[in-house]
Amino acid sequence: MSSHCSPFGVERGFIMRQSVQEMIAQSKGKKNKQFVEKMIPVILFLIASVSVLTTIGIMLTLIFETITFFTRVSITDFLFGTTWLPFSNKEAQYGILPLIVGTLKVTLIAILVAVPIGISAAIYLSDYASENVRRVLKPLLEVLAGIPTIVYGFFALTFVTPLLQSAFPDIKIFNAISPGIVVGIMIIPMIASLSEDAMSSVPKSIREGALAMGSTKFEVAWKITVPAALSGIIASVVLAVSRAIGETMIVSLAAGSTPKFDGDFTGSIQTMTAYIVQVSKGDAGYGTTIYYSIYAVGFTLFIFTMIMNIIANYVSKRFREEY
Amino acid sequence: MRYIEHDTVVRRMNGRMVVNTIFKSLFLLATLAALMALVILMYQIVTQGISHLSFSFLTNFASRFPDQAGIKAALIGSIWLMAVVAPTSIILGVGSALYLEEYAKQNRITTFIRMNISNLAGVPSIVFGLLGLTIFVRALALGNSILAAGFTMSLLILPVIIVASQEAIRSVPGELRDASYGMGATKWQTITKIILPAAIPGILTGSILALSRAIGETAPLIVIGVPVIIQFLPAGVMDTFTALPMQIYDWSSRPQPEFQQVAAAGIIVLMVVLLLMNSVAVIIRNKFEKRY
Repeated sequence: MSSHCSPFGVERGFIMRQSVQEMIAQSKGKKNKQFVEKMIPVILFLIASVSVLTTIGIMLTLIFETITFFTRVSITDFLFGTTWLPFSNKEAQYGILPLIVGTLKVTLIAILVAVPIGISAAIYLSDYASENVRRVLKPLLEVLAGIPTIVYGFFALTFVTPLLQSAFPDIKIFNAISPGIVVGIMIIPMIASLSEDAMSSVPKSIREGALAMGSTKFEVAWKITVPAALSGIIASVVLAVSRAIGETMIVSLAAGSTPKFDGDFTGSIQTMTAYIVQVSKGDAGYGTTIYYSIYAVGFTLFIFTMIMNIIANYVSKRFREEY
Repeated sequence: MRYIEHDTVVRRMNGRMVVNTIFKSLFLLATLAALMALVILMYQIVTQGISHLSFSFLTNFASRFPDQAGIKAALIGSIWLMAVVAPTSIILGVGSALYLEEYAKQNRITTFIRMNISNLAGVPSIVFGLLGLTIFVRALALGNSILAAGFTMSLLILPVIIVASQEAIRSVPGELRDASYGMGATKWQTITKIILPAAIPGILTGSILALSRAIGETAPLIVIGVPVIIQFLPAGVMDTFTALPMQIYDWSSRPQPEFQQVAAAGIIVLMVVLLLMNSVAVIIRNKFEKRY
């Protein structure tokens, strides 16, 4: 038998011939293995930094192209202008307020739909539903979150808009209400699911204490669960607002492409996201002002959603009730 | 002597119980309303699209004529896209998760990476499209190819895969790790032979769910400039292509009502693909659930 047998060998008398120390020394001597052990953390760190590079890439892309845009369009016109007419033959105007107003209209309606339904569903699931009912209802609600937004867009255009038109003939084929409602439906599961998580983490003992004192289930939900989970609920709503602001396909299909600075919900509007889609679909040549304008709009959109995400993070950390 | 007067209690409780019942019904109604929306959506799409759904719909290319329009190029294109997105995003996602869970020290850089991942998850998909357009399409000159779109989509779903993989890795019991180290295994041996095999069901489930998001995502593809009318199949990752949601978008936005039905048929195909992917995820989860 050779003495160079594998350290994991099981030949008889193996241990007699080779002490553990020798085995360890032999094992450590393997250059390859040590090299792998040292290199792996480095490689994995590089992989993990891809996500950081992505963020940096997004920031740099948006900042640089937006700066190019601002060499051609004055920044005050962009921020405070109330006319968005990039395709005008005479004089193009780039005032972003109409696009922001359009985005806010859709977001407002979405929130009006999603917050009452989402929070009610969360209360029902956490305080009323039996374990079995919950196990069926929660995944079903989450199916809504898995439906592609293009499908919601089609639904808004071909079902919700005609339905609204049959009830209110004033509503145009492209409007803010129909996509608003459908964006609302899309973010219901987000609010319901995140709020329900927050409510479920309120300890049972507190609820049972209130029930034992003679409270009804509604009083427990309204005076104990909701206040205790309030930070989580607010965070879920803020995140949902962020999703609604960034939503693209539903508004591209159903909201139209008429940037307007007014309070009208029944006619065609345009959101920031829908404008980017409109330009991308067409053939705005590389290097034109219109081409750079999508980055300026994208940057504005990015800042809006970023602020929302930071608020959500802050609220859920700062105001969390610890038990 | 009676301490509790039954009648008084009933009288005082009555109103509160009524309020309770009313709100219970309201909460239940809200939950059911959300589910009704789901049912109506499904019903609408199936009734509109089923008439156009046929075998030739799957084997025809896009066409100007609604009755000849098919989804072949888009379906094959989406499969190509997934062939790029799946390996790229899973390798990056699992690698990042392994670093964060197994190697990262608790320092500022790690906190920064974690914070960055959660922020990245909140960035709208269309902004990823702008990133892809600038970096992959123009700077790296990949054009509107499968590769450019695939990389963009990979970055988009990366945060989801990282978080899912982190949870899967974290749920591997500590005893397994300790036992492996106790046997003299190195860290990398422990990861490849113990931790990854134990965490794979969770990683796969999360990855499939993330991929099913990527397959339905439209906005980044539009920004990158993925065309819709394509009469050929891609032969490699550098070829131009079209994808299911792009094709559906194009059909939906056409004014002719016949194309609405074609779009609905396309949506049915997309939903069947999603359903298949999700079923696989559920099967994997149920099969391997609670092994420890």
